[in-house]
Amino acid sequence: MAGVILEVTDLYKSFGGVAATDHVSLDVREGEVHAIIGPNGAGKTTLISQLSGSLRPDGGRVVFRGTDITRMPPHKRALGGLARSFQITSIVHEMTIRDNVALSVQAHAGHSYRFWGNARKAKKLTEPAMEALAQVGLAEKAGELARNVSHGEHRQLEIAMALAANPTLLLLDEPMAGMGPEESVRMVEILSGLKGSKSMLLIEHDMDAVFSLADRITVLVYGKVIATGTPDEIRANDDVRKAYLGDEDG
Amino acid sequence: MNLVSLSAPRFWVYLALLVLFALVPPITQWIDNSYYLDIANRLVVLAIAAVSLNLILGYGGMISFGHAAYIGIGAYAVGIPAHYDIDNGFLQFAIAIGASAAFALVSGMICLRTRGVNFIMITMAVSMMVFYGFVSIEEYGGDDGLTIYYRSNFGSLIDLSDDVTLYYLCLASLVVAVFIVYRIINSRFGMVIQGAKGNEARMQSLGFNTYRYKLACYVISASMCGFAGALMGNDTGFISPEMMDWTRSGELIFMVVFGGTGSLGGPVLGAGAFLLLEPVLEGLLNAIKEGAEVYWHIPFGIILICAVLFLRGGLDGLLDWRRKR
Repeated sequence: MAGVILEVTDLYKSFGGVAATDHVSLDVREGEVHAIIGPNGAGKTTLISQLSGSLRPDGGRVVFRGTDITRMPPHKRALGGLARSFQITSIVHEMTIRDNVALSVQAHAGHSYRFWGNARKAKKLTEPAMEALAQVGLAEKAGELARNVSHGEHRQLEIAMALAANPTLLLLDEPMAGMGPEESVRMVEILSGLKGSKSMLLIEHDMDAVFSLADRITVLVYGKVIATGTPDEIRANDDVRKAYLGDEDG
Repeated sequence: MNLVSLSAPRFWVYLALLVLFALVPPITQWIDNSYYLDIANRLVVLAIAAVSLNLILGYGGMISFGHAAYIGIGAYAVGIPAHYDIDNGFLQFAIAIGASAAFALVSGMICLRTRGVNFIMITMAVSMMVFYGFVSIEEYGGDDGLTIYYRSNFGSLIDLSDDVTLYYLCLASLVVAVFIVYRIINSRFGMVIQGAKGNEARMQSLGFNTYRYKLACYVISASMCGFAGALMGNDTGFISPEMMDWTRSGELIFMVVFGGTGSLGGPVLGAGAFLLLEPVLEGLLNAIKEGAEVYWHIPFGIILICAVLFLRGGLDGLLDWRRKR
């Protein structure tokens, strides 16, 4: 078994008595794409927010590359190699696409208390930014203001920003959210291209995308893990079928 | 943003303005009326303060309603030593910048824990604390203020007792202030600040401790404003707590917003508009009906509302007439 880079043990989070993350344990291995699926309200985004640090769990442990990061603030996790893309596009709309990605590079290029030199002329920032944009097929739009491009391109920009941080693990929160069929196909291509070189934890509703990309799948229902396994195992799992058919009571 | 872009009308307008301002002293000497030099000097000093506010307000999204406090701190940094017959300009200006920076660091640490309306209110509250602090100090005149009998003395380097020399120092300072802001907003630091304005949560998730960057930006802006205050103390020769009243902070915001929030030269235009609108409107109202000039605030307010509603990018935005978005 390849090395485990992210290990989540017994993670627990409740909102007003309702357990959104109910004693979840899972792990991500080096180089794998691990997908988390589950019906709406299963607590997928709550889980990823605890992994990226924007939400604090009530109990349990998150260990990333041997370090306990359960209580580490988000910016330190990001610097340590955990990059997150957001379900709801989160970019700086008033800046160009290149500037957005360059900022992501800059976050990992030492401190930014540099007041004088022109950041847009620093090759150390612009070259990796353009490389990340090329990887997601957005290089020719680099000079556009982020607010002026399409939704699909915003999603591509999200991935580019995550990539530019040169992370060990990519946390992708519904990268295909709100995309048309063609855009989705394009995004699956982009992510397949990254497969192997990056470990990814992927939350996604698009089942075709999940089953074609993932090495392993974890199914989350009402905050609980009901199954973890390869795509074939998950397809054959009775509990999973029940959960998705919504007849667990009967 | 490019500072020198020869094809942009904006560049030529600002260059023309700079030349015009450089010509103010000879013109006033020629027409033998130093009143216009006073006005121009006041405009230039206020413009430096507005430029400093624009750094945090326009580029950093931090709407400070207490920036006039730093004008006051800078002015008293000249006035208090002068009160004890210490007229060393190097010392006075060092105190002005140092005290502003120190006060901004401490108050900023508290203010920057809040956002939006709360930030506006807390910066205003802090500035009023400074205001009442100086009102209560009898030694320095309380709310009657303090007269500065000697301008800052820079030895043989520069003689500020001459009005024209002081004016050129202020004008040069304004040019330098704009240039500093230009460098900062295009630097790595500036990118972080502007990113935090656009989407602070995202900047944090990228790995930036936005709180510290914003605090550093706040301190830089306050230092620059304190410097403007020291110049103002020299210019007016009389200082009082009134110069840091919250309405003064509001006027600075007016200059930034009317001139063009987040544009390099906008605050300068805004300071000019602010100073020139008052006498112009008074004159117009007086021409309509004698004694009506006391109501100049009414058309002034209407102009501001129209500017906010219809002038995106403020006066500076008007200079973009060729490039329609």
